[in-house]
Amino acid sequence: MTPMNRENPLVLGIETSCDETGIGIVRGTTLLANVIASSMDEHARYGGVVPEVAARAHLEELVPAIEAAVAESGIRLEDLDAIAVTSGPGLAGALMVGVGAAKALALALGKPIYAVNHLVGHVGADVLRLGESDTVPLEYPTIALLVSGGHTSLLLVRDLTSDVELLGETIDDAAGEAFDKVARILGMPYPGGPRIDAAAATGDPRAIRFPRGLSRPKDMDEHRYDFSFSGLKTSVARWVEHREDAGEPVPVSDVAASFREAVVDILLTKAVAACADYGVPRLLLGGGVIANARLRQVAIERTDAAGLTLRIPPLSLCTDNGAMIAALGAQLIMNGHEPSTLDFGADSTLPVEQIQVAPAPVVPAVRGGNDGNTPAGVT
Amino acid sequence: MLLAIDTSAGTSVAVVDHARGVLAEHGVADTMRHAEVVGPLIQQCLAEAGVTVAELSGVVGGMGPGPFTGLRVGIAAARVFALGAARPLVPVVSHDAIAFGHYRRGHTGPLLVVTDARRREVYWSAFSGTDAAGLPERLAVPGLAQPAALLEPDFPFAGMIRLDAATVSAGDLGLLAELTFAAGRPFAANDALYLRSPDAVLPTTRKRVSN
Ligand SMILES: [Zn+2]
Repeated sequence: MTPMNRENPLVLGIETSCDETGIGIVRGTTLLANVIASSMDEHARYGGVVPEVAARAHLEELVPAIEAAVAESGIRLEDLDAIAVTSGPGLAGALMVGVGAAKALALALGKPIYAVNHLVGHVGADVLRLGESDTVPLEYPTIALLVSGGHTSLLLVRDLTSDVELLGETIDDAAGEAFDKVARILGMPYPGGPRIDAAAATGDPRAIRFPRGLSRPKDMDEHRYDFSFSGLKTSVARWVEHREDAGEPVPVSDVAASFREAVVDILLTKAVAACADYGVPRLLLGGGVIANARLRQVAIERTDAAGLTLRIPPLSLCTDNGAMIAALGAQLIMNGHEPSTLDFGADSTLPVEQIQVAPAPVVPAVRGGNDGNTPAGVT
Repeated sequence: MLLAIDTSAGTSVAVVDHARGVLAEHGVADTMRHAEVVGPLIQQCLAEAGVTVAELSGVVGGMGPGPFTGLRVGIAAARVFALGAARPLVPVVSHDAIAFGHYRRGHTGPLLVVTDARRREVYWSAFSGTDAAGLPERLAVPGLAQPAALLEPDFPFAGMIRLDAATVSAGDLGLLAELTFAAGRPFAANDALYLRSPDAVLPTTRKRVSN
């Protein structure tokens, strides 16, 4: 077996932590394929992601998605240098499908496997180049704000493959979940993000002053970089009920715009504060909620005002996808990290500090046989 | 030679050969660690059998019935291993492998295979015996029932000799696939046998938050 290409490794990434079956293929920092099969439509009638429905969809989508990614990239599976897979955090049953599949693929091909952290994968998406040559590589340290239906996290990334620190996260609902719940209050179907966005377009964001969670002085001591959206959602519900009880019409556009403003405001206030507190002059955004136009607009305004560099990866790489997992796997390889051992599992609460799961101990240089890149016994 | 994977109960992996029988078989009974152990078990079986991926002619997947989460791990692994190895996937009903193993060890005649479906329910399959090729003859598609229902007089297979199985042998699964192929019979459908709808509740009307 030839030693692994550590200069420009060809990596296939498998992502199944929520409702997207993502298969990506990268060569070093070059994106070759990014196939995403979403089960979102199946969740719509339930008003949110149903873990069992998501896991069943992953099982059915995996093989077609891998085949499509291979076709899109023009590579052959046997050309791969490694497999990367999301080990966590995410929905346990959904993660397990990807983990089982990734191990089988690695063994069938005789390739090493890298079990990686989904959240760090969102940051890793930024290294990918889509062909344009004018983009400069991400510099470190950076603050990263990751916002989706499953997570709302603020990270301090000193190094993508070796030093990521969780500064804060949501203590209740994820921001995307809050959009879904408020959409329901306003009688809009799932997923709520695009609906709220559309309704808010004609609304006044200052019409109603909804609370900014965990922003009071006493909260700031204990939860300086944490988020809370459950109180905001309740506050919107109360406001709407009050109107309904009084027999008055609900100004849906104003409610949507004011709610969205509250979410965007608190997200960016805390993110920009983290940049200032840590003396980090750059902010990276990631996660599906980055699709929200108002969030991107306010991010540009606030980072401009604070003199920060803002990075927003292409939207196709912000939502959950396999390319970001492949990209993080490739970065681990290029930085000399050993593959994971085969006994890792799915960890629904994997801490963000754990960038790679179950890395194999470094193999001493002088030892015949196994080159350290291949699981023992596979030829 | 076939690689066989079943996670409908615990995790079981085997390498089998039509002429030489089971070359290697390893399992872990734990029903909570499928994703962890499936990789090491595949690796161990291939190494112990001294078989390379290129020498395999197919990959057998146990399609259940089995509780949701675990069952999927083995099917995902079997499907994707088959894709990676560029070999056909051979789907086999896990209950058929349980029956096949029991007949192979000397049982004859009718047999009711019962496995745990969790939530105080069981999966069952009824067989009349084996055919001329030694393949179990199934009387009905696998079912899901409360344990007491199998004891009711109106249960069509009441009184049949019953085999309660806590594990599924990937060795038996693989040998059954070899025999099915040799006899020119069709394999099972490539569908996971959950026998239950996803346990999701449709949203009810909005609950009030204010008094
Ligand atoms: Zn995500």
